[in-house]
Amino acid sequence: MDLNAFGRGAAQACSNSKMSDAEPHTGTTIVACTYNGGVVLGADGRVSTGNYVSNRASNKIMQLTDNVYLLRSGSAADTQAIGDYVRYFSEQLAGELGEDPSVQTIANLVGTMNYNNKNMLMGALLVAGIDKHSGGQVFGVPIGGTIVPEKWAIDGSGSTYIWGYMDSAWKPDMTREEAEGFVTEALALAMARDASSGGIIRTVTLDKDGATMRYVGGNEVPLFHEELQPPAAAAAAGTASMVVG
Amino acid sequence: MADYDVTQSYMQDISLGTSIIAVSFKGGVVLGADSRTSSGSYVANRVQDKITPLADTVYLCRSGSASDTQAIASYVQYWIAEHQAEKNGPVDVSTAANLAMQLSYNNKNMLQAGLIIAGWDKQGGGSVYAIPLGGTLLKVPYTIGGSGSAYITGWCDKYWRDDFTEEEARAFVVKALTHAIARDASSGGCVRTVTITQAGVKRDFIPGTKLAATFGELPTPASR
Repeated sequence: MDLNAFGRGAAQACSNSKMSDAEPHTGTTIVACTYNGGVVLGADGRVSTGNYVSNRASNKIMQLTDNVYLLRSGSAADTQAIGDYVRYFSEQLAGELGEDPSVQTIANLVGTMNYNNKNMLMGALLVAGIDKHSGGQVFGVPIGGTIVPEKWAIDGSGSTYIWGYMDSAWKPDMTREEAEGFVTEALALAMARDASSGGIIRTVTLDKDGATMRYVGGNEVPLFHEELQPPAAAAAAGTASMVVG
Repeated sequence: MADYDVTQSYMQDISLGTSIIAVSFKGGVVLGADSRTSSGSYVANRVQDKITPLADTVYLCRSGSASDTQAIASYVQYWIAEHQAEKNGPVDVSTAANLAMQLSYNNKNMLQAGLIIAGWDKQGGGSVYAIPLGGTLLKVPYTIGGSGSAYITGWCDKYWRDDFTEEEARAFVVKALTHAIARDASSGGCVRTVTITQAGVKRDFIPGTKLAATFGELPTPASR
């Protein structure tokens, strides 16, 4: 850790708390979901080292190829390393094939790394993308090296709190707007309850025309009961609509 | 595998790995719970009643150690019986909650009990009190507890409203528990609800086969 002024403060904060490990963790919420036309990926922005938030606006969405992205949770270092390796292999593969690799192939590369190094790695990842074979796809690649294709997937510490919401609110063949709203709301609900998730929301929507990135600033993240509006609130984005689901 | 201790798989502490919930509405409260009591991975009771009466119109939802919560309930029932005899009237929900909190807080090192106390009294109408591990006492409009509650915090944050009717509150409770049971291995069986108003107490029971199927589940075959 850098021992500049901020670093010293952080080191102080770390030494006061009983952390079992000092390395940065993406204690996180990540969500990926298919819709009628592609996939939407989303993540919060918090990276914490014990009680200290070392980055409050990080980007946990990593591009592997033009058509496939990776959502990272678990150890920040491990997932960055895995992502870098898989991006490298994928670029080579794309060169050899002369076209974008399939989402399943890339998910398999990520899963194979997780499986063959299971004793050393702690990366809970989601691979999502779009290809001409099967359209939008989401793969869960948790710690240990399982590879599971899903209609939607969530991971990270904050995902615990939104399983019920995802089960209830997901529906097949959503439109792009519905899917983006669904992912944003799921992330906001998780960020409200998980201390290790928070800050901002970033989403990426992949369809046949390419990738669109969206950024939701911290004061525009949807709020739920008991939460206070931020001062000089962006009130338009502040209230969630309540419907018994 | 000579060093595998087979007793680890079933002879563990009896635990109410659980989903419990209580929601207040105008005029009363609805309490709900699943019905699974587990001992390790063995389901010791699949039709357990986790909603225990403390008084005529005050009930307790129990989660955590089955024995600890039974002991607490026993003590509080006894004290309330004495209190009601001296007062010559029904106990207030806040009094019942305070009695449970004192036990929970003063014995915090030895107990593992997550409690929800809810009921109706003339002073406060329908009220819900949460007493999580450690012995905090919180008066709240609704609360969830037990291992299964983690998975439905987001759902409850999204769909709870402060202006439920009795039917809406009960529907909210049943749906919340259905989702918790779907995702928590320590929750399951059937859903029991208790509705308490000035008029009295209504108990209801929904068998597991009648619960709505959640994402990925197949609907129950008609033959069951």
